[in-house]
Amino acid sequence: MGPHYQHLYDMLSKVDGYIYPNEIELNWSILIVLYPYITGLVAGAFILASLERVFKVKVLKPTYTIALLSALAFLLVATMPLISHLGKPMRFFEIMITPHFTSAMAIFGFVYLWYLMVVLLLEIWFDYRRDLVLWSQEKKGIMKHVYKILTLGVTDISPNALKWDDKLGYALTVIGIPSAFLLHGYVGFIFGSVKANPWWSTVLMPVIFIFSAMVSGIALVMIIFMLVNYVRKQIIDMKCLDMIARFLLVALILDFALEGLDQVHRIYEAEESFQILDLLVKGKLTYTLFLFQWGLGMLVPIVVLAYLQIFRSNLRVRKILYFISAFMVLIGIFFMRWNVVIGGQLFSKSFLGFTAFKLKLVGTEGVGMAAVWIVLPCLILLFLFWLLPPWKRHPEEVAGETEP
Amino acid sequence: MAREEIKSRRDFLSRAALVAGGLFISGGISPFKSMLYATERKSTKGPWYAMGIDLESCIGCGRCADACKTENNVPREPFYFRTWVEQYTILNDGSIHVESPNGGIDGFTQKFADAEIFKSFFVPKMCNHCAKSPCTQVCPVGATFESPEGIALVDQTYCLGCRYCVQACPYGCRYIHPEKKVVDKCTMCYHRITKGLLPACVEVCPKQAKIFGDLNDPKSEIVKFMKDHSWQVLKPHMNTEPKVFYNQLRAEVR
Amino acid sequence: MPPQIKRLALLFTLLVLSFLTAKHFLTPKSFGEFGHYRGAALGEIKAKVPDYSGQKACTECHPDMTDLKAAHEHATLSCETCHGPGRVHISSTDSLVSPKIPNTREFCSICHTKNAARKASNIKQIDPKEHYKADLCTKCHNPHSPWQEKK
Repeated sequence: MGPHYQHLYDMLSKVDGYIYPNEIELNWSILIVLYPYITGLVAGAFILASLERVFKVKVLKPTYTIALLSALAFLLVATMPLISHLGKPMRFFEIMITPHFTSAMAIFGFVYLWYLMVVLLLEIWFDYRRDLVLWSQEKKGIMKHVYKILTLGVTDISPNALKWDDKLGYALTVIGIPSAFLLHGYVGFIFGSVKANPWWSTVLMPVIFIFSAMVSGIALVMIIFMLVNYVRKQIIDMKCLDMIARFLLVALILDFALEGLDQVHRIYEAEESFQILDLLVKGKLTYTLFLFQWGLGMLVPIVVLAYLQIFRSNLRVRKILYFISAFMVLIGIFFMRWNVVIGGQLFSKSFLGFTAFKLKLVGTEGVGMAAVWIVLPCLILLFLFWLLPPWKRHPEEVAGETEP
Repeated sequence: MAREEIKSRRDFLSRAALVAGGLFISGGISPFKSMLYATERKSTKGPWYAMGIDLESCIGCGRCADACKTENNVPREPFYFRTWVEQYTILNDGSIHVESPNGGIDGFTQKFADAEIFKSFFVPKMCNHCAKSPCTQVCPVGATFESPEGIALVDQTYCLGCRYCVQACPYGCRYIHPEKKVVDKCTMCYHRITKGLLPACVEVCPKQAKIFGDLNDPKSEIVKFMKDHSWQVLKPHMNTEPKVFYNQLRAEVR
Repeated sequence: MPPQIKRLALLFTLLVLSFLTAKHFLTPKSFGEFGHYRGAALGEIKAKVPDYSGQKACTECHPDMTDLKAAHEHATLSCETCHGPGRVHISSTDSLVSPKIPNTREFCSICHTKNAARKASNIKQIDPKEHYKADLCTKCHNPHSPWQEKK
């Protein structure tokens, strides 16, 4: 018995009931919790941005670019938790060159690339193209060349060319909405299609993933929007913030209703697996599900946001409450992913017992690695804010862009 | 003449366009056709291997699990098994108790007094080599697959170690090899059966409780076993079409 | 056509082409030979050398022991059930590596311990804590003919 197996022997004494002998070790740990979490943030942030563009919710304008850049920052990291959890990370490219299409996981590479290359990067590029060209003319030194490269050599900023930017950007946003739904609904399908696992296997899983993605993405943009204004000592556009909060409330209610429906269905049908899931929910998931996911992560924010819809308290209090609610929502959705991914592996597929899970601090599946993949997108976002500052863009009149 | 030439050229072009369009459409559809994986029925030529397990004869000695670990270099730690033996004990109060200490390799100790026990029996478990295996279905790269003989195999030089197949197996038959970092599972001793030997677990079974054979050979032991016994498979509602057939399998077994 | 589209079309064509080139060179040779997997994998898995050599291999050199065993209660056992895999023993040339001879009480008890899940008609069972607890099983029983009186 080497020290390598010590933690498994420790685990053996914590097994409750009977599990198949191979089930002692959880196969998907915190990194796979992060994967749907981060992808959800991307999809949600993008959907918020598209509200402004496609559905003409003009009051959200100040968040449009922030939402897009946040989506990009997180999307760039979205694959990293996946790749770093692989037993053989260097073989990840196989998923692109020999995708096995009967697998829900196989098209992830393509869905991801579609979303990154075709939707998000292009939309940001079209949106920023005029600024990139102008920056490349104004700046000096290396930055001049950086912006020049970013223009991809297209320096035409005639009104006609700009009109095309707008049109194509709009078209991309229209394509982007179903793409965002696809990206995250598809992540839900990866779990929802595992028939061996009754905790995952529900047709509602992709839908729940989409709505929880919207919830988390909106909350993320809300927080970033408030932080940006705080750091830049700007007076926040309260109308915009109130509108985001309203969308967050609607998304939260829909998400809660769907998750509730899922559970009601489970309880009413009470299939073969019901007993073990009942024990799971009331035992190992008590805190993470009832307290963090539903209580603090959903019900409390719903009550607070609904209260603020009816009683507009003073600005300062409202801002603080918005911030706290959004933060709690972000934590709540993290625990939603946790309860799905970890919860689905705690019980044995024999339905006769539970294994235990102890989060490791270091190592490839540890908290340290997970922290890296959460901090990194924040750093990327800071970099993007520096490279493409949404607040230093050239006002539209200067270039004489004609508003239709 | 010229007109005819134009006409034939137009015909050719339209036919070419049709072919190209057809190819394009079928190319676009083929990924979606893969969604039908678990709905299709297979017809097979050549050997189509399966295993019969007679629970009447099994004495729970665990020699199968032990020999399997030796034959296939399975780590000796009690967390990795290609095959293992479970003891089910149903008490008079109806409660079900299952155990598999070290997969049964070190033997079993009876936990309950004879008077309490309603029924007790052993169940050897192994990969079911399902005809509609959810594990090979979900492998994103084709590193685990069904061999032409119907055996679910792993190409360990190609496996990513993403563990989706481990999640997809309803029977808990796969594990991640602690040193190789890729998935490992029962191969029905592919290296033995292709040389005319029996799988190691069948070879060492002292009671011949495991019966190996070719379902497409009407004279094989397995076909005889299936004719003579009212067999059952594990978790039939999963519709994975397992190819491990149990005689005397009780409904309590999962 | 607006210049943006031209440039992007060019870039995407380049991207797709480089992807197809990479795909061409990175896909293993035998991939897709029999199905969506590396065809050569079948041969590689087959190539492993078996450790358990099978009853026939034992009978070849030890027909007397096999006959003895076949006439008694342990007839259904393969030699390798108790003696372990035969490969090293069979292939050893210079000095013969003996197969294991497991004569401990613990080893016999793995099968013969009384257990409610074992049918009496299926296998003879004892309580190893009571049954001549101070002696080795082989003191009275010959593993190859368990009920033959020992000399």
